[in-house]
Amino acid sequence: MTGPRFVKEAAKSEKNLLALSLGVTALFFILIMRLWYLQIIKAEDYQNLSENNRLRLVPVAAPRGTILDRNGKLMIWNRPSFSVVLFKQDVKDKDLLLGQLIRYLELERDELYEKWNKSRGRAKYFPITVASGITQDQLEFLEENRLNLPGVDVQMKPIREYADGGTAVHLVGYIGEISEQDLARDEFSHYNSGDYVGKNGLERVWEKVLHGLDGGRLMEVDARGRVLRTVTETVPAIGKSLILTLDRSIQQRAEEALGAKAGAAVAMDVRTGEILAFASSPAFDPELFSGRIPKTIWNGYLEDLRRPLINKVLTGQYPPGSTFKIITALAGLEEGLIDEHTTVPCTGSYTLGNRTFHCWQRHGHGSVNLKMALKQSCDVYFYHLADRLGVDRIAAYARKYRLGFPTGIGLEHEKPGLIPTTEWKEKKYKQKWARGETVSVGIGQGYVLMTPLQLVSMTASVANGGTVYRPYVVKKVVDQEGKVLSEFKPEVLGTTGISQRSLQLVKSGLQAVVNEPGGTGGAARLAEVTVAGKTGTSQVVKLRSGKGNPYQFRDHALFVAFAPVENPEIAVAVVVEHGEHGGSAAAPVAKAIFRAYFEGRGVIRKPVVRQGRYSSNRGGGVEPEEGSDAAGD
Amino acid sequence: MPMIDRRLLTNFDWTLLGLTLVIAAIGVVNIFSATASYNVIGTPYYLKQLYWILTGLFLVLAVSSVDYHLLDDIAVWVYGTVVFLLLIVLVAGKTSMGATRWLHLGVLSIQPSEPMKIVIIIIFARLFSRYPVNSGLTLRGMGAPLVVVGLPALLIMKQPDLGTAVLVLLIAGSMMLAVGVKPSAFIAMTVAAVPVFVVGWQFYLREYQKNRVLDFLNPERSRLGSGYHIIQSKIAVGSGGFVGKGYLRGTQTQLRFLPEQHTDFAFSVFSEEWGFLGCFVVLALYLSLVLWGLQIATRCNDRFGSLLAVGVTAMLFWHIVINIGMVIGLFPVVGVPLPFFSYGGTSMVTSMTGVALLLNISMRRFMFSKN
Repeated sequence: MTGPRFVKEAAKSEKNLLALSLGVTALFFILIMRLWYLQIIKAEDYQNLSENNRLRLVPVAAPRGTILDRNGKLMIWNRPSFSVVLFKQDVKDKDLLLGQLIRYLELERDELYEKWNKSRGRAKYFPITVASGITQDQLEFLEENRLNLPGVDVQMKPIREYADGGTAVHLVGYIGEISEQDLARDEFSHYNSGDYVGKNGLERVWEKVLHGLDGGRLMEVDARGRVLRTVTETVPAIGKSLILTLDRSIQQRAEEALGAKAGAAVAMDVRTGEILAFASSPAFDPELFSGRIPKTIWNGYLEDLRRPLINKVLTGQYPPGSTFKIITALAGLEEGLIDEHTTVPCTGSYTLGNRTFHCWQRHGHGSVNLKMALKQSCDVYFYHLADRLGVDRIAAYARKYRLGFPTGIGLEHEKPGLIPTTEWKEKKYKQKWARGETVSVGIGQGYVLMTPLQLVSMTASVANGGTVYRPYVVKKVVDQEGKVLSEFKPEVLGTTGISQRSLQLVKSGLQAVVNEPGGTGGAARLAEVTVAGKTGTSQVVKLRSGKGNPYQFRDHALFVAFAPVENPEIAVAVVVEHGEHGGSAAAPVAKAIFRAYFEGRGVIRKPVVRQGRYSSNRGGGVEPEEGSDAAGD
Repeated sequence: MPMIDRRLLTNFDWTLLGLTLVIAAIGVVNIFSATASYNVIGTPYYLKQLYWILTGLFLVLAVSSVDYHLLDDIAVWVYGTVVFLLLIVLVAGKTSMGATRWLHLGVLSIQPSEPMKIVIIIIFARLFSRYPVNSGLTLRGMGAPLVVVGLPALLIMKQPDLGTAVLVLLIAGSMMLAVGVKPSAFIAMTVAAVPVFVVGWQFYLREYQKNRVLDFLNPERSRLGSGYHIIQSKIAVGSGGFVGKGYLRGTQTQLRFLPEQHTDFAFSVFSEEWGFLGCFVVLALYLSLVLWGLQIATRCNDRFGSLLAVGVTAMLFWHIVINIGMVIGLFPVVGVPLPFFSYGGTSMVTSMTGVALLLNISMRRFMFSKN
């Protein structure tokens, strides 16, 4: 196997091995010396320590980084909250103590015992958190009765405080005690049970940045739990803060405008992709999640048909309805199938084979060209066009706007929407695409699905002339002193490559929707700024029958828009679930958002009523000069 | 050809097997004490550890009955397979997020980073046994081995499992040292390591891996974890004194102040209850084991076998030194078990495989002197 050269090498390698043996012995000698030091020289010290081993670990949670809007207004910060912890080693009579705690703190018996049992495998000096967010009365009671409750201690933890009880709650998410599943994961190996952790939204995605480094004190205590000395101490490092692209005043107005209705409103800067408002309605109370959530409230959230826990901007997938006609129109223009003069006679319906497709206007629009078709949202015009285009050509144009894919906004669980093609149907249903289905797709019904985020992104790309930006919500990460640690710049995902001519034609149609008599989006009209937009109504169930429908069967109302038409800055998408008509239910929400935006830019003067800070709304004290001015503008 | 003839039996290395079993037996006795305060449902830990030792003995029988030269022939295949599995783990790991070290193949679950410890020994032995080395490795000669160890080490680090990656690198490094490295090459390597480290740190490691390395270098940095464990472990070891507190009477242990006291911190339990005397005996046993391994390497008459023995010995040695060093506060806390002593099947299987290889080499040491 090996040659005779081996013999020559043998001596050499024997020398190496001898050296290794010496090295090994030397390292073992160091271990022995260390043991000698610990067990002989220092033995007495350590024996003392082990006899009086009454070490207590007091974790000091790092205050989480704050979250601010683009103008530096605080949206989320911290306030102290008190939790009750147990040190098992000092508990004398377990059942008596737990009984007392259950009585005074109104805890669930089973839950408390479960917490106690779960801590079995852990070192005894780790505290067990048994109650979080206790009231001032409970805190005082515990402080007074401390000596009668051996093993009980109160620890301070910073928890979240929300401006106005929470704005953009679906976007920022909430924090809560770390779950067992998370604890088992590698990325949370530093955490201990009872620690707060971001549960979803930005709090989750940016957990590492926001959390900071927790600290802790290892203290020696006497039999009564009084601190003798601190053995080691690690000072916590405060988390970094996030500066969002959101504008709090726009956000607030969007939320107000949505009110109690279920839906979503999102606004984006068309020149950068910055998200200015991100509202999903109804909202939930994020504070409920950092303590124990009362079952009734939790169940209320779950049973509410309006689904308050769902982030509708990011995960709500809706048929875009007539707002999708923008895509169909662009496809038709680019493919040369229509121009501004092409007219289609609308008789109120369109027949293909043995199926009849109705226009929403049963009496028909008469002879319509592109501009009129957009303005009045004539379905028949687009039935014709879609049938000539075919579904795959429509899909190709939708894909230029990156529809059918997640936008990549940087939040978990974003939905991709759906842009159907013949190939997709073949794969999914093993069926051939039917011509009639193309007709539905042309007006944004059938299989087509989009999220409000995709709606706004599409609108922005139409407005800005064809650049697709990645939507983003975090502008900067800053430290406590405000030093910028990282800054996020607009990211161009691509360009649509659609000619300016086609875009101009569609845009003038969209302008007519809002600003011309007979347009469906008149409710979004502003005197100071020219708004362009498109209404949409998306069918929830196939059978449409008049008004008396139960809530969950009513159509969704949609509206997408941008402004100013001449030099677009902001795009808005609004979905009001079961709001029935885009023009009446969704357009006013968009109008409120535009108003907030242009007020902020000084283009529209603020009516004084809005400035709640200086004059109380309830007092009704509208100061005469400005109030009347605003109305006159 | 593998065969059991009488000469193999007469040459069987009873000393090595004896040493191993004595250490393992002390380990079982110690695990009994370490888990005495546990509330175990089902088979107690010390019994399970006994089963693992028995499993290990079967492995010893199986591995030592086949001539180790077979490994020379299949080394490349084995290496390729395990590296491939490591790749698969990374790909499969992506779908389930977080760190994934296990590969689930139906009923069978494997953790390819653990066998890599043995595989790196085999492939290095094969590589170096074909090297014309007279005065040590030159810088050029080190290229191939660095690639061979670098690939799996990077893959394991990606999992991320820094501890195992470092062990694989230590084993590989020890084998290179045993082969001999030219002083010029040694210095060049040391100098080259600096930019490699800096670039790797900047671009390769992810944030939490960096944190882990920083924690590794400075345990006080991470909050509740390592710093406190070290203090408790040192109290346990130190309070043991010269003769110890007596079996089952270690207060630190029985009052559960120690973390992971039946696995990574098993030696700290032992130190508390048996004191300096007990520690001295166990360390002497371990040192004998390591020196015996090196002796096997020296006596072995073929280069492949000799290198194999060096590698296995290095593997055992680094586990021992890192674990005990951690328990007595010389090193920061890393999850490295003490061979034959810590509770755990994975560690037992790997360590026993190593011993089986040593036995295999030891009993065939005369087979090639006549060629």
